[in-house]
Amino acid sequence: MSAKAPVRVKTLTIDGREVGAREDQTILEVATENGIFIPTLCDLPGLSTVGACRLCLVEVKGARGLLPACVTRVAEGMEVAVNSERLDRYRRGILELLFAERNHVCSVCVVNGHCDLQSLALRLGMTHVHFPYQYPRLPVDASHERFVVDHNRCILCARCVRVCDEIEGAHTWDIMSRGVDCRVITDLAQPWGKSESCTGCGKCVQVCPTGALSEKGKSVAEMSKRRQFLPYLTLMREGRR
Amino acid sequence: MSDKVGQALPPAKPEPEKVRMATVWLDGCSGCHMSLLDTDERLIELAQRVTVVWGPLVDPKEFPKDVDVTLVEGAISSEEDLHRIKMVRARTKLLISLGDCAVTGNVPAMRNQFGPDAVLRRAYLENTALDPQIPREIVPPLLSAVRPVHEVVPVDVFIPGCPPSADLIFSVLSELVEGKAVNPAAKFG
Repeated sequence: MSAKAPVRVKTLTIDGREVGAREDQTILEVATENGIFIPTLCDLPGLSTVGACRLCLVEVKGARGLLPACVTRVAEGMEVAVNSERLDRYRRGILELLFAERNHVCSVCVVNGHCDLQSLALRLGMTHVHFPYQYPRLPVDASHERFVVDHNRCILCARCVRVCDEIEGAHTWDIMSRGVDCRVITDLAQPWGKSESCTGCGKCVQVCPTGALSEKGKSVAEMSKRRQFLPYLTLMREGRR
Repeated sequence: MSDKVGQALPPAKPEPEKVRMATVWLDGCSGCHMSLLDTDERLIELAQRVTVVWGPLVDPKEFPKDVDVTLVEGAISSEEDLHRIKMVRARTKLLISLGDCAVTGNVPAMRNQFGPDAVLRRAYLENTALDPQIPREIVPPLLSAVRPVHEVVPVDVFIPGCPPSADLIFSVLSELVEGKAVNPAAKFG
C-alpha cells in the first residue's frame, strides 16, 4: 500500500482576506472554516452538495457569472467576493421567490421560530416579498404514522432525498416533475404511509430546513430539528471506508 | 376681592406640533392593535408627541385628511378593504404595513387556495343548522383573492411579525416621531 497522496494547499482571497485551503475543498467549506458567512439552505455538512437553492452565489474574479460556493472548488490565486450589494440583492430576491412560490405561513408553522428559511429572511434583511404571491393549492400527506409532509412549506432543497439515500441507504425520497410542478415524493409518488422502502428513521424530518417535514403531534412553533447525529454518522461511514 | 382677580394667566407655551397618526384594521385578528396597546405606559410618552386622529376606537366615521403616518393591520380581503386602503393611501404621508397579514397576507390569504365561495359555503352553510344562508347585504363582498397591502397600494415601511412585538412597534414609532428613517428588522411569523 502506498502512502496517501500529499494534501495540496491552495491560497485564495475571500473578501480580500487571504485564506488557505485543501485543493479538494469548496469555497463554502473554506469560508465556513474561516468564520465567513455565506447563506445557504440546501447545503448540510455530511451530505453531498447539489447547488439547489442558489443562495450561496458568490463573485469570482474572471468568472463569467456568479458561482454557487457550495459546488465550486477552490483554485490557486482565486479572488472571491461573498459580500456585495449585488449579491445581497440577488440573495434577497431568491428568498422572496421561495416565499412567493408556495404557502409559507410562518405564523401557523410547526417550526415557527426554529426555521432556516425564516431566520435567513431575517438575517438577509428581507422586509417583504416584491413578487406576487402564487398561492398554489398543494397537498399535505399525513399518511405516515409518525411524520407529515406539507408541500406548502417545501423549498426543494433535496436534503431529505440526500440523507435518505446517502446516510440511511433507503432512497425513499426523490423529486418528481419540473419547474413549479416539482414535488418531493416517497417511493413512486405513493402516500408516505404506504412506502415500502421507508424505514421510519426520521432523518429526513430532522434535516429539513423548513416545516415541510415534521413530526406528528407537534403544534405551531413546537418543533425544532435535531441534527447532531449527522456529523457522527458521516464520520462513522467515512471511517469504515 | 382676591388679588387674583384680573391677574392674567401666563401666556400658553406654544405646543410642539404633534404627529398625526392613524391606525386601520382590515382583514386581521386585531392582534397587532393589541400589541400596540401592549406598549403600556409608554403610550403616555408617545401621546406627548403623537395625536391619534383615526382608528378602531376613534369616533369620526370618515378617515381624515393630511395624516402623517398610518399603521395598517390586516390584508386586503374585501371590496371594503380595497376602498379603504386606497383612501388611506391618498390621505397619508407614510404608510406602514403592520404585522404579517398586511405584509404577507398570512392566515387570511390561506383561503386563496380554495376561493371565496368555498369559504363562505363552509362558514355559513355547512356549519349552520338553523336557516343556513350566505349573507349578501350590508357585509362587503369578498375579493377573489386576499392580497398583502403592498400589492394594492405603495407601502413605505414594513413591520413583520404575528403580531409584531410591542417593543418593536414602540421603537419604530419613537424613531419616527424623532424624524428618523426606519427600517425595522423582525422575523415573519
